[in-house]
Amino acid sequence: MSVLVVAEHLRGQVRPITLELISAAKELGEETAVAVIAKDPAALADQVDVEGVNEIVSVQVEQDEFENDVYRQAVEQLIAARSPDVVLVGFTVNGMGYAPALAARLGIGFASDVFALRREGGGLVAERSFYGSKVNAEVEFPGHERTLLMIRPTSWPPAEGDGAAVEAELEVSVTGSRARHSDFQEIAASGDVDITTADFLLSVGRGVGEKENLEQFEGLADKMGATLSVSRPLVDQGWMPNSRQVGQSGKTVKPKVYLALGISGAVQHLAGMKTSGTIIAVNTDPEAAIFNVAHYGAVADLFEVAEELEKLY
Amino acid sequence: MKVLVCVKQVAVLGDEVEFTDDERDVDPDYLDFALNEWDSYATEEALRLVEAAGSGEVVVVSVGDEDMEDGMRRCLAMGADRGIRVEAEGRLDPIQVARALAEVVQSESPDLVFAGVQSSDSVQAATGNALAGLLDLPSVAVVTKIDLGDGKATVNRELEGGLVDVVEVDTPAVITIQTGINEPRYATLRAIKQAEEKEIDMRQAGDLGEPGSRVRKMFVPPKGEGAEMLDGGAAEVAQRIKEIVQEKTA
Ligand SMILES: Cc1cc2nc3c(=O)[nH]c(=O)nc-3n(C[C@H](O)[C@H](O)[C@H](O)COP(=O)(O)OP(=O)(O)OC[C@H]3O[C@@H](n4cnc5c(N)ncnc54)[C@H](O)[C@@H]3O)c2cc1C
Ligand SMILES: Nc1ncnc2c1ncn2[C@@H]1O[C@H](COP(=O)(O)O)[C@@H](O)[C@H]1O
Repeated sequence: MSVLVVAEHLRGQVRPITLELISAAKELGEETAVAVIAKDPAALADQVDVEGVNEIVSVQVEQDEFENDVYRQAVEQLIAARSPDVVLVGFTVNGMGYAPALAARLGIGFASDVFALRREGGGLVAERSFYGSKVNAEVEFPGHERTLLMIRPTSWPPAEGDGAAVEAELEVSVTGSRARHSDFQEIAASGDVDITTADFLLSVGRGVGEKENLEQFEGLADKMGATLSVSRPLVDQGWMPNSRQVGQSGKTVKPKVYLALGISGAVQHLAGMKTSGTIIAVNTDPEAAIFNVAHYGAVADLFEVAEELEKLY
Repeated sequence: MKVLVCVKQVAVLGDEVEFTDDERDVDPDYLDFALNEWDSYATEEALRLVEAAGSGEVVVVSVGDEDMEDGMRRCLAMGADRGIRVEAEGRLDPIQVARALAEVVQSESPDLVFAGVQSSDSVQAATGNALAGLLDLPSVAVVTKIDLGDGKATVNRELEGGLVDVVEVDTPAVITIQTGINEPRYATLRAIKQAEEKEIDMRQAGDLGEPGSRVRKMFVPPKGEGAEMLDGGAAEVAQRIKEIVQEKTA
């Protein structure tokens, strides 16, 4: 199968997902081409010239940064020119901005949030999850000769090693970008603490129920010598500053111990903490996805456990 | 100002699971249903924009069977004006849903179309953007702020790691809404009652075409290797947690 990987970059740096896509491509391909769509693709080509890449296709466009109309049109023309069997795009915010539109327009096979892949017979089988990551599924693409897959970040290791890719260029015509990048803003560090440097995080999720309950856990974290962090819903509701948020749109953390209380283990949360040294999860739901990454788990009520911990410290 | 909001009643799996005989889905007896979290934020945002404009309409649209109407009623109770349900049975993939939605958008000609970033039961994060593709409308995904201008809007696109991309998008556009963009209002009991009276127009879907993919088999994922479950009551669990913390942070 020939595979086309669409490189992702931001502010002059190729993003890690790109190298993960190249590793995913190795599961399928005899031929892997990586497309670099940028104002100055040559400046980025080096970063994707790793083992396993056969060809790097430079696609020059006017825009420095990602814009979805630009990517949609450029990748559509890449597909027409190269006829890949499989197109791999990151299941990232950029990917979400154009890849489904492209698949829908072309009527090709499509699956998102894919974390495993294989060839079976002449066809392709992908794995993704459903129902709050409690159930996995094998999906197939009957009737499709070409498939676009959006790949879950951190599912494959980044490709490395020296590459010997052939360099090519493709001229594309891109008209009218209707959603234009104007500025980047770092979310102001409203933070009192840096959760990324803590050795021990006590992390609470929506299981705490109410804002009023949070105080208790701030106290408990203090007693235990832990730093308090949270899942996204607590930040969305304004209960905690975003400096405390663990996950894909928050902070990536790697403490020695991550104690998760009442966190279900959504992919976007796991993306920010799954490489922690030791993960301990407390959840009333025995099927919660967090138990799939935890080293220690307890099916228990977090308030009862917290009360007992208070006594011990 | 007319905003069309795509809303989905999502399935929530409890702590037990059985599969249907063909193993392609979960047995519906094991599922509960609720309005997709992202869609309540999208509905709220639409209500605010129409309220700020002083006039207009919020229309909620679902593709699916009659059970979808529970979620739609919740949005109507929040203040949406009316609903449209495109009748469809069984599991559709996001591209088929987008095909059904596209017909509604074409007939309604809204100023803005909102969808949630993702639905919690299938995490496709695809339907809204696929819809934009089919209609060739401008779009932005994962939006946490909208400032409406004349023929365009300035929106915050939330990237990974908390970085925000400020984007200027031409309208009409399809925007997918991220949680935290606002604080969805609660519906009063009176509003819930009144919502019963609001109109939900039922339509038949046209040809939804082939799905982009098909589930072959669902299964419970293998539990993490080496995950040790701590047994006993809360006191024993707490004791073990203390020991593990001491050992691992030493
Ligand atoms: C683009 C994008 C980016 C995102 N980024 C992030 C991110 O950076 N970080 C993040 O966290 N999420 C992020 N999310 C949201 C993510 O998808 C989930 O919605 C979120 O992680 C859920 O948080 P939670 O586990 O606290 O809540 P829920 O999923 O509601 O889980 C609550 C858990 O608490 C358990 N529970 C309830 N009561 C008790 C009790 N008494 N005792 C013990 N357990 C109990 C329940 O069984 C359940 O498992 C993102 C989503 C998107 C689309
Ligand atoms: N059956 C449906 N009917 C209406 N809107 C839907 C449906 N499925 C998905 N959506 C919309 O698409 C968003 C993203 O869902 P998904 O692409 O399934 O992750 C949801 O938040 C809804 O706004």
